[in-house]
Amino acid sequence: MEESRIEIKSKKKLGDILFENLTLIFALMIVGLVVFISIEMYIDSAESRERFGLGFIFSSNWDPVKEEFGALPFIFGTIVSSLLALLISLPVSIGAAVFLSEIVHKSVRTPISFLIEILAAIPSIIYGFWGIFVFAPFMRNTVQPILQSTLGFLPFFKGTMYGTGLLTAGIILAIMITPIISAITRDVLKAIPVSQREAAYALGATKWEAIKMALLNARSGILGGAVLGLGRAIGETMAVTMVIGNKAQIMASLFEPAYSMASVIANEFAEASGSLHVSSLIEVGFILFGVTFIINSLARLLIYSVTRKA
Amino acid sequence: MTAESVLKSPKNLKRRKIMNSVMISLCIAAGFITIVPLIYIFFYTTQSGISSLNLDFFTQLPKPVGEEGGGMANAIVGSLILITIGGIIGIPVGVLSGIYISEYSKNVLSTIVKFITDILSGVPSIIIGIFAYGVIVIPMQRFSALAGGFALGILMIPTVAKITEEMLRLVPQSLREASLALGVSRWKTTLRVVLTTASSGIVTGILLAIARAAGETAPLLFTSFGNVYWQTNIDEPMAALPLQIFTYAISPFDDWHRQAWAGAFVLIFLVFIVNLLVRFVTRNKFSGNL
Repeated sequence: MEESRIEIKSKKKLGDILFENLTLIFALMIVGLVVFISIEMYIDSAESRERFGLGFIFSSNWDPVKEEFGALPFIFGTIVSSLLALLISLPVSIGAAVFLSEIVHKSVRTPISFLIEILAAIPSIIYGFWGIFVFAPFMRNTVQPILQSTLGFLPFFKGTMYGTGLLTAGIILAIMITPIISAITRDVLKAIPVSQREAAYALGATKWEAIKMALLNARSGILGGAVLGLGRAIGETMAVTMVIGNKAQIMASLFEPAYSMASVIANEFAEASGSLHVSSLIEVGFILFGVTFIINSLARLLIYSVTRKA
Repeated sequence: MTAESVLKSPKNLKRRKIMNSVMISLCIAAGFITIVPLIYIFFYTTQSGISSLNLDFFTQLPKPVGEEGGGMANAIVGSLILITIGGIIGIPVGVLSGIYISEYSKNVLSTIVKFITDILSGVPSIIIGIFAYGVIVIPMQRFSALAGGFALGILMIPTVAKITEEMLRLVPQSLREASLALGVSRWKTTLRVVLTTASSGIVTGILLAIARAAGETAPLLFTSFGNVYWQTNIDEPMAALPLQIFTYAISPFDDWHRQAWAGAFVLIFLVFIVNLLVRFVTRNKFSGNL
């Protein structure tokens, strides 16, 4: 499409110059906004950064009364719940994408992918609400007892079963990011030429062998989708806040309540007691922003690398 | 990866066929595992919400703790005001930068803008809340609807920009060429021909961004803050539907839970209708993920 675009060589009219620059200004506003957000958070977290330095990341002491702040339990909670979500979601997302793009008939594919698209747009507060009232009791009464009686010798499945906690947060996050990862996997699979699969069939490959080849060729794009999903899970706030248990501790058991970076901001920011408390919360936000920025950049580059070729 | 290496052990056909059936079955199972919880959440919310929904929900103010009844009228109006402020900020920036990315795409700068727009869409919404707090709440010395609307506006920008870009790219090149050949200048072509052709798609895209913003809770926690009274001044704290749902959901009262389900249903219904509309307008034209 780019190639056929006509270039008008004659000198540009005044209206053209004005209009192009007008749209350019608004486009640059987006770039400026992202820069501004980083600068603002950097400045507003100055008090906490000067006071605690790098120790902020490694200390697990979060005590607003004594004005001691360390973000380790939140970093731990965010990383564990998000990785758990990715671990559960990735195989399911790839399977679902293969199911929709390679196995199911076209007449079924469109309504199902439409359904998944709608469901992916459900606000996270609703996932959290459902999590508290339906999913957490289900975890407490069914899933956690089963896990404890079968895999209870592992440290991850020991302890009291509250229903809410790291595992529940991880599974809710997995439900939320699966539509995202599977949508991108489908897009990437679409970018792999059909002729490759046809060639595999012609050589006697089974359907799965042909699909496996397509998946291997699409791997960097799928990885991009996975990283994007991870980024979403890391930044997810309301659903996690409602089911993770909100207790700043680092425990081996996935049944234990924990706390995430986004959740502590959501819970404490509005009622923060002093400027150091606010500044520390902003520093948590700044770390969160930095991590999601890097993760999203990586994801986009990986996805572009596959879909651009198509 | 070549087909040859996949087939390097073609001896055991039976084993390969079993492998094939197992993997295909697993993929089908994965398809169902993906859809079932999502549908369950959808129907559970719809069922709990419809049974709790009544006229009071739309017309009454919240009752004090301990009293039954009341509604979320102030939160619904609050959400409408917040979204309006968000739209005033988010829609022009989104549409115009979408035009820039699509129509001046030979430019290196437009690639950068596109990339940053994608990055912005991945920034956690709570971070945008902190930003709005620093830019508006601190200078004003109080929580306000203006700060909440500002945060929602920023969150709308990437969605609107992305959809505008995708929709403009769907306009056939020949239409632009025909207009330019008639001597119409480039900017008038963009506004009167390209934008007009893509307008239905862009409008539904804007609706999609609005539906998403309507359900955002995290960025409003310490910007708009919430309010149990009628409040229509945009420089005062204001109630919003998702905030009210959150407060009621984590409360210990059954009656509040019922109202929260009703609110959740209103949000889901909004998302459903808008997505249906988007699908209807962009049917067959567009298949990317938004």
